[in-house]
Amino acid sequence: MIQPPTDMSDQVIIRFADVHKRFGSLVVLDGLSLAIPADRTTVIIGPSGAGKSVLLKHIVGLLQPDQGSVYFHQHCINELSERQLEPIRKRIGFLFQMGALFDSMSVGENIAFPLRHQGLNSERDIQRIIGEKLAVVGLSGSEKKMPGDLSGGQKKRVALARAIAMDPEVVLYDEPTTGLDPIRADVINELILKLKEELKVTGIVVTHDMASAFKVADQIVMLLNGKIIAQGTPEQIKTMENEDLRHFIEGRANAEDLKALHRL
Amino acid sequence: MTPADPPPNRSSILGPIELLGKICVSFVVTLGDFVRFFMAILAGTLRGMDRFGMREMFSQMFDLGTLSIPVVMLTGFFIGAVLVIEAYPQFHALGLASRLGSVTVLSVVKQIGPVLTGVMLAGRVGGAMTAELGTMRVTEQIEALRSMAADPVRTLAVPRVLACVVMTPILTIFSDILGIFGGWLIAVHVQGINNDQFWHFARVGVDIYTINTGLIKALFFGLAIGAIACYKGFRCGNGAQGVGRACTEAFVTSFIVILILNLVLALLLTNIYVMFWPNQPPIL
Repeated sequence: MIQPPTDMSDQVIIRFADVHKRFGSLVVLDGLSLAIPADRTTVIIGPSGAGKSVLLKHIVGLLQPDQGSVYFHQHCINELSERQLEPIRKRIGFLFQMGALFDSMSVGENIAFPLRHQGLNSERDIQRIIGEKLAVVGLSGSEKKMPGDLSGGQKKRVALARAIAMDPEVVLYDEPTTGLDPIRADVINELILKLKEELKVTGIVVTHDMASAFKVADQIVMLLNGKIIAQGTPEQIKTMENEDLRHFIEGRANAEDLKALHRL
Repeated sequence: MTPADPPPNRSSILGPIELLGKICVSFVVTLGDFVRFFMAILAGTLRGMDRFGMREMFSQMFDLGTLSIPVVMLTGFFIGAVLVIEAYPQFHALGLASRLGSVTVLSVVKQIGPVLTGVMLAGRVGGAMTAELGTMRVTEQIEALRSMAADPVRTLAVPRVLACVVMTPILTIFSDILGIFGGWLIAVHVQGINNDQFWHFARVGVDIYTINTGLIKALFFGLAIGAIACYKGFRCGNGAQGVGRACTEAFVTSFIVILILNLVLALLLTNIYVMFWPNQPPIL
């Protein structure tokens, strides 16, 4: 693995220690060890199926490692019961790849769900927060709409508003800019930067969008076949010579990928 | 063939045994998983529902209850009517046609009403519930709930199961009423049985225990339909195919469980009747 020394000597908020995960015979994470610094944005890149989303789900205990441990501060996530995980999950916002909005609820109710669930009873405060978060993602006035009435990009933005509704300490972004137009994608990038700079939110972004990755990242990690093949600051990543990394960040298919095309 | 492969003749002998073993292991694993899921539903019920859960329960009660009333009543009516049409010639030949009131009401209240309502709900509601929860699982909505520190079983399964438990007996009452009405209509207005005699034997044949037998059955059927539908939804495979398969499995499993429960409860409730009223023969 190419891992040049970084200048990030920050406090580690999340740590993966030799994590292995497989689904049947498919190895998804293969002895992954990674430290996520607090108050910074770490971007995870890698081809589809490399284990990026699986990695995010381990942080909130949605998946358990087959071997190894995942730590949030001093808590070992995989040793906690669902009940014990609740206070940790309240400190983490999760933007799912497909949005995962609740179909039976309006946009406003979706954003209100974590607020109500976590004990906020003042309807006035709830409505204020809904309005604020929708304004942040550029969807003011959409409170009454149902998820079925929204485009894919709009759903993603509502899901982001829901993920940040509780002002979490950590936000996990699973492909936050996928399906958005370039301008709206940049607004999301700016939002990720703003959350980090103003609210000291630790971000972990899984993305294929290299423009977004280079813009928001303090640290970039590339996964391939369940292992980290490169790790460093955006500047370091840009200068690394690893062939798989270069192909990925430059969006170039390699000879193996093109072999099938040559047979046509 | 690699050295690790078993010889062909050995595998052909062991194949069916292996398959049987796999099926048994899979059955035991699924049963154990279902029991754990069911215990989680019970625990969630004891913890109580939050505001979202309450709203979900009333919404489900409307969907599976109120909207099912027409179809349950229609089915009950036709089955009650057909029952009298089929039974009349035999009873008439024995000179017992006036007793059809007793037979109709007893059959409808104890068997046809609850079983038919259970089967109708397993098809109409169980499938829809599995599809809804399965889609929520496939689109990561259930994981989203967990990530927000909400217990999906308590938030989604408990309201649905409780709605089934409450609404199945209520729907059974509707089915019973229309079943009896259908039987009465044919018996009195088509077959010409005396109206007073029909109702006299209906009253003689059915007591409050009999009516409760049907409703207790319906309550357990509702519990089975709700728990199985939610379990299949929560455990459904990926994609549209996974959701479709889960719906089919939910209906087939519910249907079989309703039949088994009907047998077990019939035996149990009849024995209880004999235990408490030993001098009176159970009304079968």
